[in-house]
Amino acid sequence: MRYSGLRVIKEALTGHRGWTPVWRDPAPQASYDYVIVGGGGHGLATAYYLAKEFRQARIAVLEKGYLGGGNVGRNTTIIRSNYLLDGNEPFYEFSMKLWEGMEQDFNYNAMVSQRGIINLFHTDAARDAATRRGNAMILHGADAEILDRDQVRAMYPFLNFDNARFPIKGALMQRRGGTARHDAVAWGYARGADMHGVDLIQNCEVTGMRIENGRILGVETSRGFVGAKKVGVAVAGSSSRVMAHAGMRLPIESHVLQAFVSEGLKPLIDGVITFGAGHFYVSQSDKGGLVFGGDIDGYNSYAQRGNLPVIEDVAEGGMALMPIIGRARLLRTWGGVMDMSMDGSPIIDRTHVEGLYFNGGWCYGGFKATPASGWCFAHLLATDRPHETATAYRFDRFLKGLAIDEKGQGPTPNLH
Amino acid sequence: MIINHPLLGPRDAQEFVYLGDARLIERPDGLAEGAAQALHDHVFLRDNPAGEHRELWFHEQGDRSWLVVTRNTLTHEITRVELARDVARAKGRSK
Repeated sequence: MRYSGLRVIKEALTGHRGWTPVWRDPAPQASYDYVIVGGGGHGLATAYYLAKEFRQARIAVLEKGYLGGGNVGRNTTIIRSNYLLDGNEPFYEFSMKLWEGMEQDFNYNAMVSQRGIINLFHTDAARDAATRRGNAMILHGADAEILDRDQVRAMYPFLNFDNARFPIKGALMQRRGGTARHDAVAWGYARGADMHGVDLIQNCEVTGMRIENGRILGVETSRGFVGAKKVGVAVAGSSSRVMAHAGMRLPIESHVLQAFVSEGLKPLIDGVITFGAGHFYVSQSDKGGLVFGGDIDGYNSYAQRGNLPVIEDVAEGGMALMPIIGRARLLRTWGGVMDMSMDGSPIIDRTHVEGLYFNGGWCYGGFKATPASGWCFAHLLATDRPHETATAYRFDRFLKGLAIDEKGQGPTPNLH
Repeated sequence: MIINHPLLGPRDAQEFVYLGDARLIERPDGLAEGAAQALHDHVFLRDNPAGEHRELWFHEQGDRSWLVVTRNTLTHEITRVELARDVARAKGRSK
C-alpha cells in the first residue's frame, strides 16, 4: 500500500479501517540467495537496495530482536557529510545525496530535515583546519562554508562566546546536514524491502555458520538452519561475536556510547551544534527535547548502558558551550554498543570465506551512513565488486598501511 | 566502576586510562619469520568478547602502574586485578 495525502484523506473519511500492517511477519524458508544478518538500519537498507536497485530476489533479513531495536533506534539522529579524507568524503557525500531523495524513494516519511550543522572552532589553528576540511568537502561535491563569530552569534546568541579558555571564533557550516527521524529510517527501509519481497524475520538469532571447503552454505539460527548462497553481516556492536562464528578476529572493539535527551522545551536550536573544544553535540527534536551526546565511555562493553562519569563529562561540555542548558532537566539517557574500528573508519568487504561478506566498524558515525552503507553493501553482494565510493573500506588496509584515520589517533578504538 | 588496585586498594576507574585487550602485552618478535602479519594481528585485531575480558588499565592519576583487569563486558563487574608487571614476568618477560 503506497502512502499519499490522498490516501490519508480517504482513510480519514472511512474510519481508518483500510490501514494494514506495514510489513509481513514470515517464517524463515529453508534457503535464500541472500541472507542479511542484522535488521538494523544498515541491514534493512542493504536488503532494500539489493531488491530494488540491484534486482535481486530471494532475500531474507535475520534479526535477533525486533527491527530497528539496536543503534538505529539509539543514536542522536544527525546526518552530515563533513569528512576530510579521500577514503571517506565521497562515501558520506553519496550518503547525503541518498538522504535527500530517500523519502520519495521508499515512500515513507523519515522526517529528513536539512537544518544545517555547525562545527565550532575556538582557535586560529582550528579555523585553518576547518577551512581545509571545508575545501575538501567542496572538492568532493559537498557544501561547506565558514561562518565568522558574528554569523554564529546571529544564529545562536545564547552560546558562550567569551569563554576564557575556548572563545567561539566561528564555525564550519554544512547547510545540507541536519537530522532525520531515526526509527522511521529503519521502518521506511523495512517497509520498502518487504514491498520488494524481502522476508524480514525477527526473533531469529544467528548462532553459527555452516562453512564447508571455504564456502558458506548458510547460518544456524534460533529458528533453525537457513541456507544461503551469500551471507552479509551488518550487526554493528555485535560484529565480533557474529564473525567469530566464521573464525574471524576483527579490527574492532565494542564500546558503549551514551546519548541524552532533555525535557521538551520551546524552539531553541533550529540546527545542529557541535562543540569544538569538548566533545559535545546538540540538536532539538521536533518534540522539543534537546538531544545531545559526547564521548564513548572508553572501555569495552556490550552492556547498552554507561556509567556516570561520562554523563558528568557531557554535562560539563554542555554547560561550557551553552550555559542556558543548565536550566533544562535531563529526561532520559541510554546507551548503544558501537563497533569501534582501529582507525575510526568502517569496513565493507569480502572475507576469507567465499560468500560471506562483512559490513561494520562504523564507530559512532553509523546513522548518517545508513543509506550509502546499504547501497554499497548491496553493490558488493550483488556484483562482488566494491562500490566506487567504498573502495577504501577494506580489511587489508591495516596490513597495507592504508588506514583512514580522520582523527590521527592510531589503533586506539576508544579515542576515535 | 571501582578498580581494586593490588597496591593502593579500591580506586575510582576515572583515575585510570584504558588501553584495551591485555594481549597487547604479548608483543611478537619483530624479526621473526612472518613478523609483518604477526605484528598486524597484534596491533589491529582483537578478540572483543561479550563476557569476561582481560584488559590493560593505566593508573595515570595515581601510581602510574599498568594493571591487568579482568572485567565482564556485559555487566562491568570486575573480578580480578593484577599488576601488568607480574603478568608479563609470569610469561617469561624480564622487565
